Amino acid sequence: MNVATEPVLAVQGLTTGFDTARGRLVAVNDLSFSLARGETLAIVGESGCGKSVAALSIMRLLETPPALILGGTIRFAGRDLAQADEATMSGLRGAKLSMIFQEPMTALNPSMKVGLQIAEPLMRHRGLTREAALARAVEMLDLVRIPEAARRAEDYPHRMSGGMRQRVMIAMALACEPDLLIADEPTTALDVTIQAQVLEILRALQARMGAAVILITHDLGVVAEVADRVVVMYAGHKVEEADVASLFARPRHPYTHGLMRSVPRVNAPGRASGGRVRLPEIAGIVPALDQRPPGCPFVPRCPLASARCAEMPPLAEHSPGHWAACWHSDAVGQAAGAGHA
Amino acid sequence: MPAAANTYRAKRRVRLWAGAALVGTYVLIALIGDRLAPYHPDEQDLFNILGAPDAAHWLGADNIGRDQFSRLLVGTRFTLAVAFLSVVLAVTIGATLGLIGGYFGGRVDAAVTGLVDLLLTVPELILAIAIASVVGAGMTGLIVATTASFVPRLARLIRGRVLEIREEEYVQAAITVGMSDARVLLRHVMPNAVTVIVIEASLLAGQAVLVGTALGFLGLGVQPPAPEWGTMLGAGREYLDVAPHLVVMPGIAISLLIFGFNLLGDGLRDALDPRSRA
Repeated sequence: MNVATEPVLAVQGLTTGFDTARGRLVAVNDLSFSLARGETLAIVGESGCGKSVAALSIMRLLETPPALILGGTIRFAGRDLAQADEATMSGLRGAKLSMIFQEPMTALNPSMKVGLQIAEPLMRHRGLTREAALARAVEMLDLVRIPEAARRAEDYPHRMSGGMRQRVMIAMALACEPDLLIADEPTTALDVTIQAQVLEILRALQARMGAAVILITHDLGVVAEVADRVVVMYAGHKVEEADVASLFARPRHPYTHGLMRSVPRVNAPGRASGGRVRLPEIAGIVPALDQRPPGCPFVPRCPLASARCAEMPPLAEHSPGHWAACWHSDAVGQAAGAGHA
Repeated sequence: MPAAANTYRAKRRVRLWAGAALVGTYVLIALIGDRLAPYHPDEQDLFNILGAPDAAHWLGADNIGRDQFSRLLVGTRFTLAVAFLSVVLAVTIGATLGLIGGYFGGRVDAAVTGLVDLLLTVPELILAIAIASVVGAGMTGLIVATTASFVPRLARLIRGRVLEIREEEYVQAAITVGMSDARVLLRHVMPNAVTVIVIEASLLAGQAVLVGTALGFLGLGVQPPAPEWGTMLGAGREYLDVAPHLVVMPGIAISLLIFGFNLLGDGLRDALDPRSRA
């Protein structure tokens, strides 16, 4: 990671809310992070943590109203996307920044040949003729390792499996070689073996094109495999940020620690003797947007919570590049050291 | 696939093809009816006024001795023209309103929905009669009236389908790669609404026959002496006691055509329904 170069994306204090009948609810609260060229940043958290809202805010794909960017800046390609108008965004989307979605079965138009769907952004952004764009689409299909790409380009989506469709989505998103790709749970809907293939293709294309990737996921296995750096979100807040090695070596926030402990492991202690081990979980669920406690939002579910937690802990740097927002982060490190050899 | 399912599918195909054959026959008659007709539709046989069906006049003669078989054959084109033109126009206008309202939402949608809901409170036939009496009798009035009475229904149907499609991920995906509204609407939303439009259009064609001939019956349609079925039915009504064939025969012609369109519509719905496709 070359820190000296200008970041591709710099999000500063991003706050996104929704105007609802119950008043204004804040889904992303003062989120900051930045991303260098070629870097992969994972944003991790349970459902309802604000990961997807953050991604959609960057893409400016949230419907306004009810959604509203309340504050912060999103520096990308020399602009502040938080202030950009729809025409600017439409010119950037697909060209400079792209997104792929979770559900490959529904993310392709059933009444259009896949080749043409990949060709569309090329015609729109690169001004290619239909023939040239279709030829490039076949190249892209080949790059995402779809066999017999030329013939497959003439197929409709229903003739493809979920893994192939997700690869088509990747081809479509990367056709114009964007600087930033946001992948929102790209492998969640796929079989485990297909997941690995899709991640590998994504990684190969990223290396080839030098794109920065934001990977939104709740799957820590995926994070360990592909991410350079990780942002952990809880209830709209960034609670921890670190490079992937130091995060897994020593999580500094009890939420991160809880997430790691809830991943099933074959060689869990106690398993060797043939016993059954109950998988640790984080009790409770992410509080609804209008029921977040003052202070640290994790308090109701936190094993380390104390009176001090009624005050929101600031993000503090524990080691270079490793930030966490917890009053008891040292205690977390201790507990994690014991649990994760 | 089990045999029972095969029989079921075959039965549905029968409806589609029976409907297509019936409508096709009418279309053929509309095209070459005047050449098939044994008499000119206006030619009078004064010795056979109100004559019952016989060898010379297969379907009898009317109150001034015109051959009813020839008049029905030649008249097919009026009814079919009204049905086709009004459905095509209604689909064009209704689909445009529905697509725009459903896709853009907000104030545009509120305006479309408001207008449509207002018009839907008036029964189609009453609306058509009101419009026909304003536009004036004749072919144009008939088409305008029938079209206008169908637009609200189509606009509402298509708007509903568009609302559904707009939430599909592939529409979001198209926006995500920077497609313009026009392109998303024409390339991604509309093609996926076509099935609904086609099915509704074929069912509406049957309705159009009914509304068109009803207006003719009421004297608001194509004017005599043109052999339009509704007008013929209206004229024949006065002789119901002495010459029932003047009412029965046009009635059968109208009913069979509507039956054909309905079979075709049902058949298309079954054939195009993605859930029943293998």
